[in-house]
Amino acid sequence: MKLTKTGQKRLVSNSITYGMVVLAFILVQIVDSTGHLTSSLRGQLVPICAYIVMAVSLNLTVGVLGELSLGHAGFMSLGAFSGVIVSLGLRDMVGAGPLRLLAALLVGAVIAGLFGFVVGVPALRLRGDYLAIVTLAFGEIIKNVINTIYVGIGPDGLRVSMSDQASLGLGETGTVILRGPMGAVGVDKLASFGAGIILVLITLFIVLNLVHSRSGRAIMAVRDNRIAAESVGISITRYKLTAFIISAALAGAAGALYALNYSTVVARKFDFNTSILVLVFVVLGGIGNIRGSIIAAAVLTVLPEMLRAFNDYRMLAYAIILILVMLTSNNDRLKQLRWRFIARFRRGTPQQEVDHE
Amino acid sequence: MTFLSYLVSGLSLGSIYAIIALGYTMVYGIAKMLNFAHGDVIMIGGYMSFVATAHLGWPPLASVLLAMLVCTVLGVVIEQLAYKPLRAAPSLAVLITAIGVSYFLQNAALLIWSSNPKSFTSVVRLPSLKLFDGQLTISSVALVTILACVAIIIGLTFIISKTKIGKAMRAVSEDKAAAQLMGINVNQTISVTFAIGSALAAIAGVLLCSAYPILMPTTGAMPGIKAFTAAVFGGIGSIPGAFWGGLLLGLIEIFGKAYISTQLSDAIVFSILILVLLVRPTGLMGRKISEKV
Amino acid sequence: MRTTRFRILSLVLALGLFVLAGCSAGPTSTTAGTTTAKPAAAIKIGGIGPLTGGAAVYGSSVANGAKIALEEVNALGGLQFELKFEDDEHDAEKSVNAYNSLKDWGMQILCGTVTTTPGIAVSAESFKDRIFTLTPSASSTSVIEGKDNVFQMCFTDPNQGIASAQYIAENKLGSKIAIIYNNADAYSTGIYEKFISEAAGKNLQVVSTTTFTDDTANDFNVQLTAAKNAGADLIFLPIYYQPASLILTQADAMSYEPKFFGVDGMDGILTMENFNTDLAEGVMLLTPFAADATEARTVAFVAKYQAAYNEVPNQFAADGYDCIYAIYEACKKAGITADMDAAAICDKMIAAFTAADFNIDGLTGENMTWAATGEVAKAPKGMVIEDGAYVGMQGGN
Repeated sequence: MKLTKTGQKRLVSNSITYGMVVLAFILVQIVDSTGHLTSSLRGQLVPICAYIVMAVSLNLTVGVLGELSLGHAGFMSLGAFSGVIVSLGLRDMVGAGPLRLLAALLVGAVIAGLFGFVVGVPALRLRGDYLAIVTLAFGEIIKNVINTIYVGIGPDGLRVSMSDQASLGLGETGTVILRGPMGAVGVDKLASFGAGIILVLITLFIVLNLVHSRSGRAIMAVRDNRIAAESVGISITRYKLTAFIISAALAGAAGALYALNYSTVVARKFDFNTSILVLVFVVLGGIGNIRGSIIAAAVLTVLPEMLRAFNDYRMLAYAIILILVMLTSNNDRLKQLRWRFIARFRRGTPQQEVDHE
Repeated sequence: MTFLSYLVSGLSLGSIYAIIALGYTMVYGIAKMLNFAHGDVIMIGGYMSFVATAHLGWPPLASVLLAMLVCTVLGVVIEQLAYKPLRAAPSLAVLITAIGVSYFLQNAALLIWSSNPKSFTSVVRLPSLKLFDGQLTISSVALVTILACVAIIIGLTFIISKTKIGKAMRAVSEDKAAAQLMGINVNQTISVTFAIGSALAAIAGVLLCSAYPILMPTTGAMPGIKAFTAAVFGGIGSIPGAFWGGLLLGLIEIFGKAYISTQLSDAIVFSILILVLLVRPTGLMGRKISEKV
Repeated sequence: MRTTRFRILSLVLALGLFVLAGCSAGPTSTTAGTTTAKPAAAIKIGGIGPLTGGAAVYGSSVANGAKIALEEVNALGGLQFELKFEDDEHDAEKSVNAYNSLKDWGMQILCGTVTTTPGIAVSAESFKDRIFTLTPSASSTSVIEGKDNVFQMCFTDPNQGIASAQYIAENKLGSKIAIIYNNADAYSTGIYEKFISEAAGKNLQVVSTTTFTDDTANDFNVQLTAAKNAGADLIFLPIYYQPASLILTQADAMSYEPKFFGVDGMDGILTMENFNTDLAEGVMLLTPFAADATEARTVAFVAKYQAAYNEVPNQFAADGYDCIYAIYEACKKAGITADMDAAAICDKMIAAFTAADFNIDGLTGENMTWAATGEVAKAPKGMVIEDGAYVGMQGGN
């Protein structure tokens, strides 16, 4: 089979992306086996994977779909809590940790995807900042509601209450899983770096395939020119909704992975600030640029830890770096300089200065 | 009577949201950017007034003027340093920069004034109004807040519709390139907008801290998000929209707490917001987006 | 598209280089700021708490209090200690990160975390790694539950809820009780739940229960009106002093004058800069620490703290101070030296803390002892605010 030129390019590009993730995994394993991996970095491996999945999935909404979402953490929250409930609920039935993790990730993804549908159907009718505010509102609602939910396992299965722990009526034998604002406590740490990398690869597989599929081209046609796309008969709503649900489901899986890495998880964690954090990954990595999202998520998760040496000035330094990076990366003069530099290396291949935004 | 008391609370809270939302919406209308650092400019305004009254012993009105002056300068400086170089950049890049500025202001305030909360002395030092034989008490701050909000909206409407700079603002918000061709100094107009928005933020900060007298580096964050919500609720870019959006948000918040549930008050506010947007997809007063092929 | 990719990639790479630079520069510069270094072999104590973000005041207070105690202990000339305090932004993930980075530093004993949710996550790690942990102020029982190496300096939340209900019932402080609590906060909800179940047994009549969240902690008109209309003569406030100060202000504005009863989170209200203490007149609270106590130890501490930080210490600072002293006493008793590894220290410290003859007199309590569960035993002091100062409540224990 002969690949077209663009097909070849795409294959190379995709291979680089997958290869990069696998290489990172192998590198970490090597460093770890030689005993040079710091505890600090080792502890961040799983959250980095979770944030990468968050960033890639949000990039599907922001970059590919072209819609601003400010409530992505809400889906993460849904995935986290449903994942925790599943993993704790199965504790007595399924012994094997990886199986429970798998179940938690799947349920987390399904629940978040379901809510993606519920939010997506009305929200995708809106445009621009109005859609953004609906997602923001959704995130806040999720946070508020989970803060009032109590879940326990009694002898006869799951019990849910909206008032307090006592009203679960669990008695002596039951265990409380979710305690309103106190969140879930006593979560088993089932997540591992290996599982995280697998989730990242699956996410990449789903997203890259979607982007390059017929649906993906349709979605991008919608993004670039909705009216033109409509006029050639592309059904906007269906494609948009598909992408939005996939994005939500992946965020749910990321949430489950994240939650199962700590012995406790609270709703407050998945607030507006977390949504914004993930958005920063996406924008800094390049809107629509999947590989960029991966790198940005990894680097920006590690960065604040590296800045611990600045002590009290840590978060101030983080803010300044963020502003400076945005300013320099959008500076025309610097852009031209770099351009000339790159052109020297790739003489012969005509390139156009196209900025994809 | 209880209802009236809630009504006053709601209007007062809503007026503060409205004043903040006006800053959001003006900047959005003209620079087409969501200035997420706006909430933190409010906090700086609060601290300025606090320093002036509590440390320097200035009279309340002078402290408000100082806060307005500092915030105006701050707003213009932020615009020049952080936003102006990104005029041609995609709007999301500017949004992230604004978030960076917001982190910066919060953490700078933390370093300057420490994390210890300060108790703010209200700038309005009049006795509260007692009506119906003391059954209904209306605090003077609430009254001043509501009046200030109405005065600001009238003033702004006048500036925008009658003055030269107002005309320039409308032109820039309509079409930047065309406005430039007509000889309007776009950069200067945007700076003026930031200046006005930041001065409003200072007023909002002082009123917010007077009504709810506690001041921390994170004081502006939540009101900022709420006001942003209010601005979109009313139709972002629309000045009357920000006013009504702010007032309604305040009222819904208080009445939701009072008559439905205090536990779920945030969920109630945001659910109503979503419902309204579903019925009116561009907010209460937002312009219908007409799309060109 | 291509340019974007190159632009971003090169930038992120540049960022990465910066990170690496920061990383290699790290160890040399850390000795400056929060670390109080000692040249001789010192036992390394790690501290974790929020130094930035909305909860920064608690972490900073603990860090400051602990630093004062550390200097005093080191000045005694016996065992030497080194303290490194890391920021966790009141977030479990960041807290575990801080914990891991302290492990890389060589932490032997953990004094943390300051807040509850991060505390639960970190104590699970320190239990696994066998690092002795004494938390100054993470008050949920989940922090210590099932972990033999984790001890608390503060009261547990249930303990405070029960003690408050008993105190109100025994001293007949109110017949109709209203409660306002933060239903997005683990501490507040934890106390509330125990209070309500204990109140039922004590025949306390709870007439109104309302809540707020961190996002709506400004207007309390609705909550106060509900309490007033229900005829409440006492409002129980299991919350921190910042929202409590707003509640007092707004109750005053609406001329509603019930009794207010708070817990240890209420401490700090009198020393909040610029606060009108008239508003807090008559407020009762159960607290282990009072900054204006006349006892010599407290007076000395407050003076030192004010000189160093230009602020009046709150109970968190006192908790941090007491933690260092408790660690010092236990180390002395268990014969711990700086060259031991963390796991060995852990076992000896557990034995020392739970020993029958181990007790500490500190700022937050006399004769404090610890149970094997990790819970502290000390008597809460019933205080009432009179003329802008704490006065021991009569009839109290």
